[in-house]
Amino acid sequence: MTTQHVPEVPERRTAQRAGEPLLDVRDLTVTYHSGKVPVYAARGVDFALAAGETLGMAGESGSGKTTVAMSLLRLLPAETTVTGEIRFHGEDLLAANWGRMRSVRWAEASVVFQGAMSALNPVRTIGDQIVEPILLHEKVGEKAARARARDLLDSVGVPSRRIASYPHELSGGQRQRVMMAMALACDPHLLIADEPTTALDVIVQAQILGLLTDLVRERGISLIMISHDLSVLASTCDRIAVMYAGRLVETGPSRQVIASPLHPYARALAGAFPTLGDPASRLAPGGLPGDPPDLREEIDGCPFAPRCPEVEDRCRSGVIPLVQHGDRAAACVHVTGYDEAVGHG
Amino acid sequence: MSATQERPAGPTPVEEKAPSRLVPVGRFVLTLLRMPSGLFGVVVMLGFVVMALTAPLYIHPDDLSVTQATGPLLAPPQHGYPLGTDPAGRSVLLLVIWGSRTSLAIGVMATLLTMVLGATIGLVAGHYQGRTGRLLMHVTDWFIALPGLPLAIALAAVLGQGAASITIAIAVTSWTGTARLVRAQTLAVGARPFIERARALGATDTQLITRQVLPNVMPLILVSSTLTVASAILAEATLTFLGLGDPTSVSWGSLLNNAFMQGAVTAGAWWYLIPPGIAILIIVLGFTLVGRAVEHALNARVQSR
Amino acid sequence: MADPTGPVLEARDLAVTFPARRGHPAARAVDGVNLALGRGEVLALIGESGCGKSTLARALVGLIEPNAGEVRYAGQPLRRTRSGLREFRRHVQLVLQDPYGALNPRQNVHDAVAEGLRLHGQRAGLTRRVAEALEQVGMRPPEHFFDRYPHQLSGGQQQRVVIAGALTLGPEVLVADEPVSSLDASVRGEILKLFLNLRDELGLAALVVSHDLGLAWNIADRVAVMYLGRIVEVGTVEEVLLRPQHPYTRALLDAVPSTSDREATAALGGEPPDPTAIPPGCRFHPRCPLRATLPDDRAQLCLTDVPVLAPALHERQVACVHADAAPPTVVSHDPAEVTR
Repeated sequence: MTTQHVPEVPERRTAQRAGEPLLDVRDLTVTYHSGKVPVYAARGVDFALAAGETLGMAGESGSGKTTVAMSLLRLLPAETTVTGEIRFHGEDLLAANWGRMRSVRWAEASVVFQGAMSALNPVRTIGDQIVEPILLHEKVGEKAARARARDLLDSVGVPSRRIASYPHELSGGQRQRVMMAMALACDPHLLIADEPTTALDVIVQAQILGLLTDLVRERGISLIMISHDLSVLASTCDRIAVMYAGRLVETGPSRQVIASPLHPYARALAGAFPTLGDPASRLAPGGLPGDPPDLREEIDGCPFAPRCPEVEDRCRSGVIPLVQHGDRAAACVHVTGYDEAVGHG
Repeated sequence: MSATQERPAGPTPVEEKAPSRLVPVGRFVLTLLRMPSGLFGVVVMLGFVVMALTAPLYIHPDDLSVTQATGPLLAPPQHGYPLGTDPAGRSVLLLVIWGSRTSLAIGVMATLLTMVLGATIGLVAGHYQGRTGRLLMHVTDWFIALPGLPLAIALAAVLGQGAASITIAIAVTSWTGTARLVRAQTLAVGARPFIERARALGATDTQLITRQVLPNVMPLILVSSTLTVASAILAEATLTFLGLGDPTSVSWGSLLNNAFMQGAVTAGAWWYLIPPGIAILIIVLGFTLVGRAVEHALNARVQSR
Repeated sequence: MADPTGPVLEARDLAVTFPARRGHPAARAVDGVNLALGRGEVLALIGESGCGKSTLARALVGLIEPNAGEVRYAGQPLRRTRSGLREFRRHVQLVLQDPYGALNPRQNVHDAVAEGLRLHGQRAGLTRRVAEALEQVGMRPPEHFFDRYPHQLSGGQQQRVVIAGALTLGPEVLVADEPVSSLDASVRGEILKLFLNLRDELGLAALVVSHDLGLAWNIADRVAVMYLGRIVEVGTVEEVLLRPQHPYTRALLDAVPSTSDREATAALGGEPPDPTAIPPGCRFHPRCPLRATLPDDRAQLCLTDVPVLAPALHERQVACVHADAAPPTVVSHDPAEVTR
């Protein structure tokens, strides 16, 4: 799948100091205050993303993965407290003013939202919706913007003659492609895809994932993909970060994380996506008893302790930090090397 | 609470009780009373009902009789007559209290008729969506198209003046709103998966309507009832004011009617004209607030965690 | 009399057509299906959206009246009379996708589970039977849950309550439509384990409808793949998922995200099928990667010679006239290997 519009590499892309990650998130903590009690949605999240790298954020409902992704572009409700650092191109976005945020949004980092059906405006054509960010961020005329929109539709596999269609005239897979075209409209450096294939069938999902991988590779974009489906992340992303109850519990190269997870929760999650042909999972569904914890309560110790098959007393109190083991990291006392790392810390 | 997997040590106990049905009702009433609007509305409602029911205990028929009343004629509020008197010398306060009986009775009866008729038609039309449903909706639409007030007047003329004809007239012109509301809610509830589940468990249509749909439509019906009482009382006042009620009975509408007919406005006798209006205002407010509070209390139960 | 050795639930030439409406032509959602479910077996019915699997499931529990063909329980055709259906429902029960929506929000757990018994007028020992059913689905102690309402339960617990409600009538068959797809991934395993437990302890047969091939691998004995209203392949899970013969099954398996090869084969093109516009002959032929590689005279057979599957329990069947031309592949599911 070739693109007709090949973006020229602007100076900003190469202005970054060599060796510095594109995105460096440190100690990100998000607390919602929209209801009666505060909800501790994310706690002390640390991760980094290099240019051109793909990172998958895995977790179930309530894990905090969408919260973290939305916080990167400060798309959370006004009453939310966000602390920590989000260094994008070396600049802390949490300290940036709104003018700077507006210019970052879409032009440097964009989002493919979950549920394209509701993320697309039903009363405007898809052409209008793709053109809108182009006109907002770049000094091009309407005609040039439309031409770009047509190219984008072609590059995502939607015939460009459908530029005047309304969202309800397209299928689910096509709407997801339109969302991706919109996200690419201003040549961002970072693409955040929130559950891009959740509502789609297996075959359409494969088409969309293939498209996403191709586009990201051709344009040198970094990708953060959020999903509860570990197998989708493992096949599309270089690295995986697993979240549970607002905390990062494991990170590492995706194949290693899914093949031999370090953290018991990651192990349980991987077990929910059996490999066809693996006798270990034949007539033996993997699962976890119990339910994820209530995020309205401050949790002491490891949040997974109530459900963990390997829980010990020391898991129930204190902070269990994320400890590096080579290019992998896990927040679990049972991983070899944890005691030494913490003892020396 | 998480589901546990271990088996209990001994056999399951034989004595198991099904949960009591009164507990949710009790909780609902408490939630209702905790809201300022709910509390105020319930107090007003109960206050008027008690007032209406106990009136015969302290109001003597002579106080209401045009010929036997002993007070000064059309006198402003004074000692012994807190709201003054009417042109026949009757205490306006006692008249207003007595009038609440008729107004409330007609309001409640008309509401009962409206709800039964409207809810039944709405439920049936919403559940049986084929020919039956379409036919019922055509009938409903036809009734909606009829202008309310002229219809009420015509009915009263046919049925004769009096409380019964007013009650029927109000019911005939109000049921369509309830029917459409209930039908819409029935359609929404009917589309939900638990209806399909009940059918798969073996429910007949009647069982579906009574056991699954009705309990979920009941909150709407309750709220609608309280609001309908308010509008029925207003309607009664209007129709009686226009002269369609029983001329011998005392109701707020008849008080207003008399006040106008007997020139209270030109005479400046505000104490004759305003109290019935204020009484209507307060009771309508009370019922409306109760309706809103009931809606909140029912929703809170479903959405709370 | 009922045949104890044959299939417990069957579809015979079943067809369900949704009539035409303004702006929409008629949709042949189920278009001639033969399927058999054996006693105590778990059969996974796999397909994508629009293939008619949910419609087929509902026809098999008697919720939808078929336009043609019949549903059979223990060899006897289902009589769509009031008493016939009521009797049928004591043997075949349904579990739906959305557990929260499947529970009446105004009923507590006790009443939700007791509903089936009450509807059938079986009030004797009601509470005891409710408690038994809750224990069978792993909610212990049962009394603890009696006066809870659906919104106070987690997704997994809600689904257990739904299953308990289905169990009170003592059915032999559970038909489950996407029973775990709206639950969190880590909770799914517990519910799937429950299905296996019920099979082992109660001898319950289950027809599980899903789009998830992993689910079939986890709990099913046999699997049937459905496309555009027809079954295209049926057999044991090992046969169909590891050695698929129908090109659509192969395309499905290719599309499953895999970690083994990052350079996966190109996904099947085209849009998901539309039951209002069914292609002639083999309904998969416009998208079939195998057909694209065949010479014209053989490709023509796709339009004329379409095998129809029989409702057999133990046969491996493929609705593709070229199935024997392509040697069954093991492990790798690359359609390129299929060309000859």
